Amino acid sequence: MAIAEQKTSSQAGPGSGDKRWHSIVLQTLKRNEISLIPYVPDRVLTPLIKNLHADPFFTTFATAREEEAVGIVSGAWMGGRRGAVLMQTSGFATLANTLASLAVPYQIPLIMFVSERGTLGEFNYGQSLVCRTMRPVLDSLALEHHTITRLDELEFIADRSIKQAVTTQAPVALILNPLLTGGKTFDK
Amino acid sequence: MDTRNTKVMNRFDVTKRLIAKLKHEEAVVGGIGNTNFDLWAAGHRPQNFYMLGSMGLAFPIALGVALAQPDRRVFALEGDGSLLMQLGALSTIAALKPKNLIMIVMDNGIYQITGAQPTPAAGVADLVAIALGSGLTNSAWAADEDDFERLIDEAMSADEPSLIALRIDDKPGVGATRRDPVQIRERFMHGLGVREPL
Repeated sequence: MAIAEQKTSSQAGPGSGDKRWHSIVLQTLKRNEISLIPYVPDRVLTPLIKNLHADPFFTTFATAREEEAVGIVSGAWMGGRRGAVLMQTSGFATLANTLASLAVPYQIPLIMFVSERGTLGEFNYGQSLVCRTMRPVLDSLALEHHTITRLDELEFIADRSIKQAVTTQAPVALILNPLLTGGKTFDK
Repeated sequence: MDTRNTKVMNRFDVTKRLIAKLKHEEAVVGGIGNTNFDLWAAGHRPQNFYMLGSMGLAFPIALGVALAQPDRRVFALEGDGSLLMQLGALSTIAALKPKNLIMIVMDNGIYQITGAQPTPAAGVADLVAIALGSGLTNSAWAADEDDFERLIDEAMSADEPSLIALRIDDKPGVGATRRDPVQIRERFMHGLGVREPL
């Protein structure tokens, strides 16, 4: 049931009636007053990124590296503004030092959305390998993380996880699985 | 390079000069190592943030603070070795143009704290030229201490982000930051008016 709509229009619907995965993510961010969205792009995230850019509620921009984006939302949190970082699996793999030396010890509610590549039809061997490092890194730091596979669970998991990150002052990684998004396949 | 024909200054001395100029609860983010050790030694302020890791992220963290609090001036102090780890951040800042962000680069050409090994940029790269090429048009070398103070004054009222680079000597930091990340973060948030103490 959770079929991605890669080929359809990426324009966000006018609110709660829109049940596409990226619209649910956008509305959940907005409802939780998360307005600063630095990202390193990913093909699957394209409709979400496009709609975030189009919505003046959000300050959405690309960074050169995922670490940089983590630094930005960490500073923003301390200044009283909430943010979230969008990235791909391979980008998460660059973050171990920043998680272990900034987000975790300083108790910063870093909210990460990770578009999962490397599984369920991956065509690039390196992507499949780097994907296998992601959950061991998260587990080694005892970080909260959820792999979201179902559209009907997305809003609950994302909304509750964001609130938990903020109230417990702890990072969270929300992994957007190809079962939710459609992923990236060889013909694309 | 004539851009490097500048006086070799001292990190602790110029940090003290900067702090003495701050009258409006400006935020200051100190990069890893000697940079934040000297910030600490210059006298703790509630608006100081000290990095104990995440080398290279002083400018991105300060950018986040600047985006969250556009009415507050935000300084970031970074070493040359740290900056080399995150040169892409210069372009991000140039694209966003936060006028309240002031970046200060302490350039001694070495990784002082690990044994004074030269950086790959030492003697070949010009960090101000890199900043200018990254789109930060308001970037300059400070010729000496007076020039540094003049550039700070200009940056205080600039309508675009500023980057000031200084050549510094090979001296280690004067103090050592207390390594208590939660307290550092919490006090910084108090200093920025985001939270009240319990």
